[in-house]
Amino acid sequence: MKFAVLQFPGSNCDQDCVHVLRSVLGRPTELLWHKEYSVGDADAVFIPGGFSYGDYLRTGSIARFSPVMGAVKEFAENGGHVFGICNGFQILCEAGMLPGALIRNRSLQFRCEHVYLQIASRVSPFTGQIPEGKNLRLPIAHGEGNYFCDDETLQSLEANDQILFQYVDAEGDLTDHANPNGSLANIAGICNEKRNVAGMMPHPERAAEAALGGTDGRLIFESLIAALKTQSTLASV
Amino acid sequence: MKAKVIITPKRAVLDPQGKTVQTALEHMGCAGVRDVRIGKYIEIEMDGDRETVEAKLSEYADKFLANPNIEDYRLVFED
Repeated sequence: MKFAVLQFPGSNCDQDCVHVLRSVLGRPTELLWHKEYSVGDADAVFIPGGFSYGDYLRTGSIARFSPVMGAVKEFAENGGHVFGICNGFQILCEAGMLPGALIRNRSLQFRCEHVYLQIASRVSPFTGQIPEGKNLRLPIAHGEGNYFCDDETLQSLEANDQILFQYVDAEGDLTDHANPNGSLANIAGICNEKRNVAGMMPHPERAAEAALGGTDGRLIFESLIAALKTQSTLASV
Repeated sequence: MKAKVIITPKRAVLDPQGKTVQTALEHMGCAGVRDVRIGKYIEIEMDGDRETVEAKLSEYADKFLANPNIEDYRLVFED
């Protein structure tokens, strides 16, 4: 099982992602420069956080035209798993691979703190191993994490069980106060209809080792690894 | 030909910058402000007649300069 982590000019969480996949989880992982035209033999692709292209025009709006994104789109259309974190989520929305957009935080402030997330759906390759009733405590660090889509899109996200993560407070209540950026329905992460592409604003790669203050983020990586294992077992039958 | 692309947040989209500026205007004593929306303004100089430039820029505004999920835009032309 192999992973690829993309790197754009301005990415700054790429090495954290590579570190978690390689050193914490022991999986072969390749860093892919944005000028590549192929994702190689990767089984899943991570689009890391950062400020690709300086966030010019709109966050993620330039990165989506990088050669590597053409390859990622094709990879996803063929069923490949793609996970975007923070700027990676913004890029996936701009690329039209996930619905909606991430706009400026309601507070206009860059928010850098820990949040709690409830798992709105465990039926996905990214959340399947998270125990029932377990909320995640993960860091956020963004200025544009305010998830927005039109009513129709929100209804279809709900109807198709595409909302994966929602901001809650420490007690697990979904309140406006627990919402750090003004996201619709406290949305912190979603997946596409096929459930093989997902994005989230919080940073699971920054919470995958006890020494860094928490290991909740590891559950997302482990969910994906378990899903890929099941997939390859099924494929070999 | 010079084209101006004026991009504004859609009505349904929360515009916290606009709201903040509106409040500041009110605090400064500027009465009667009903709404403030803050968007982007792009100037593009381009070869071609008005029709060609308009067709081309509409295409690229739809797929790149503006995000149809959250923004509206209009084009203004100068010779």
